[in-house]
Amino acid sequence: MELFNGGSIALKDIPLLEKKEFRGEVLLRCRDGARLANLFGSPDGGGGVRLIAILGQDEDPELQILATTISAGSARYESLTAELLQAHLFEREIAEQWAIVPEGHPWLKPVRYHANYRGVPDIWKDIGEQTIPGSYPFYAVGGEEVHEVGVGPVHAGIIEPGHFRFQCHGEEVLHLEIQLGYQHRGIEPMMCGSGMKRQALLSESVAGDTSVGHSTAFCEAVESLAGCTVPIKAQAIRAVALELERLANHVGDLGALGMDAGFLTTSAYFGRMRGDYLNLLLELTGNRFGKGLCRPGGVLFDIEDSMAEDLCRRLTRYKKEFEEVSDLLFTSPSVLARFEGIGTVSLEAAKSLGMVGPAARASQLEYDVRSDYSSGMWQFYHVPISLAASGDVYARALVRRQEVMRSLELLLKLLPSLPKGEICASPGPLKPETLAVSLVEGWRGEIMHACITDSHGALARYKIKDPSFNNWFALTLAMRNQEISDFPLCNKSFNLSYCGHDL
Amino acid sequence: MLKILMTRFRQGCRTMPFPKGKPPVLPARYRGRPIAAAQGDSVDLGSITFVPDSGIRHSGDFRMAVSGREDLILAGDVYALAHTVKKEILKMFGRSLKLRQVSAGGCNACEADINVLNTPVFDLSRFGIQFVASPRHADGIVVTGPVPRNMKDALLRTYEAVPDPKVVIAVGACAISGGIFDAGPEDSRGLDTLIPVDLYIPGCPPHPLTILDGLLRLTGRIKVV
Repeated sequence: MELFNGGSIALKDIPLLEKKEFRGEVLLRCRDGARLANLFGSPDGGGGVRLIAILGQDEDPELQILATTISAGSARYESLTAELLQAHLFEREIAEQWAIVPEGHPWLKPVRYHANYRGVPDIWKDIGEQTIPGSYPFYAVGGEEVHEVGVGPVHAGIIEPGHFRFQCHGEEVLHLEIQLGYQHRGIEPMMCGSGMKRQALLSESVAGDTSVGHSTAFCEAVESLAGCTVPIKAQAIRAVALELERLANHVGDLGALGMDAGFLTTSAYFGRMRGDYLNLLLELTGNRFGKGLCRPGGVLFDIEDSMAEDLCRRLTRYKKEFEEVSDLLFTSPSVLARFEGIGTVSLEAAKSLGMVGPAARASQLEYDVRSDYSSGMWQFYHVPISLAASGDVYARALVRRQEVMRSLELLLKLLPSLPKGEICASPGPLKPETLAVSLVEGWRGEIMHACITDSHGALARYKIKDPSFNNWFALTLAMRNQEISDFPLCNKSFNLSYCGHDL
Repeated sequence: MLKILMTRFRQGCRTMPFPKGKPPVLPARYRGRPIAAAQGDSVDLGSITFVPDSGIRHSGDFRMAVSGREDLILAGDVYALAHTVKKEILKMFGRSLKLRQVSAGGCNACEADINVLNTPVFDLSRFGIQFVASPRHADGIVVTGPVPRNMKDALLRTYEAVPDPKVVIAVGACAISGGIFDAGPEDSRGLDTLIPVDLYIPGCPPHPLTILDGLLRLTGRIKVV
């Protein structure tokens, strides 16, 4: 079955394949170049679980939906991971959320340490009572001169919690294992039990630095279920906010990279400039992270002509400042020496891991939701995909620099010609027993929300996928055979979300 | 080198005059301290998320930090802003306060706006306040997030690792009351159900000025008004 970004489909129209057939079909299509954009479980109403795979061809704007049923009596299926690396974390998540065993999974360990949603015995005994990492034995490298370094969950800086376990030989990292889950708040089940007002707030809090991205994805999914047409002006305002969010974060990331390369001047300037963009969001939405802007049906705040003019004036100034400071960063030999050749991810690895966002584009993986699955305002404004070839810290920094410039250019084009009219429609009741999927290119990459309604039109399953979910594993690969002292720089160059992963 | 100097010259000094001078004017849409609830009504600043569609009216006043949980309840016009810590503690921390930040399950927005205090605009270190890398080096902790089950242990151990006497600061609706996650299956219902809290800074997330104002009240650089 095919579906466009922001589309919905009745559950009864999704053909259910046999387990074996489902597996074969997913593997076949992925061998033919498709990407496993999502794989998740959803209660099938009869005690079993429906597995839904969403595949993207990326140059084709249609998403492909495949489904199969896992009965309660036989909660197991043959794992895909051994043949399809992209499935690895999805399958671990399914095992934890639904207590379904992916047989033959090469690395079956818990993701977030919580009890399963079916209320049956968990695959890992008492996982919902254990403190991370429970009784899990971390992968260990043997040998007299090998040592282990453990970091976290509480880190040295003001950042989110996660545990990093390095196996080192001298300074060289042989292997890094990342255990997250500390930020797990239980957002997905909470989405289903809440009213629409609270759901909107929860979507804004999946990852605060991506409030606009996630709340836009939530709104588009719900609007699709409600068959609601969003006013064109609201779509434009969402696009403005999404780009301001991207600008703030990319500029902040470049500052953080400057800091870790030891060039504090640039870090101070970029740090302040990041605040400029957050303050624009504050001006527009009353919140520095854009919370309170997107609601099903449209947006709550308008951009009047005078505000648009003012935004343009300020963005023109910020653009000049950005050019100057990024020139300072990117022409400094000591910075380049720290950026180049560190933490390299090859195009092949990026593809096989199913990476998304700037990190993927830095490895020359040409994919951006805004151009490949354009919806809303992106149907009218084309943003060129920013690519780099070397796949290292330098490439990830360079892609951000290009994307900042392109976002600024886009805003300076969009703001003077904002459409006129209403900014919020009222969404009606949601279609019953329907699946809706929405994609948004957040600043970290592809955000996907998929939701399924029950027979009364209430949300029965809400699946959130933050781009970090695709990309965390890439960080571990990037660290292979690097010096452990390069970890902070490498980590910053990805700047992935812990809470977006942990939900 | 010349390029660095030229940029430095053009960037100029960006540090705000607050608290000695006036604080910057916040935009009209900013949602600050709620406007006095109607007679008999009350608003709990510790649990609201400062959204535009809640029915609560907001002023542009960013000063909201308080010393006690019950002070967060706004009834009528009365709102008791935070006061300085006890004299003997102030003597120790007033001119040098080292804090350890513990991020416990939030959405990372509070953390981001705490981090902002280290940018040149706010320049937190000019007040002798600094975020340090280890609880052993700290005089207190700043906690964000609803403290989900998976973080409870790490948080309590960090708290214990800070030498006495210590201060505890709860930043954001989640840390104060659970916030938007107050019905969550994995989440706590407020930091003070786990450890005693000395300073509550409400918001979702609080504006950096709100956080700065709170820290300055705690250390006696801003007296109660």
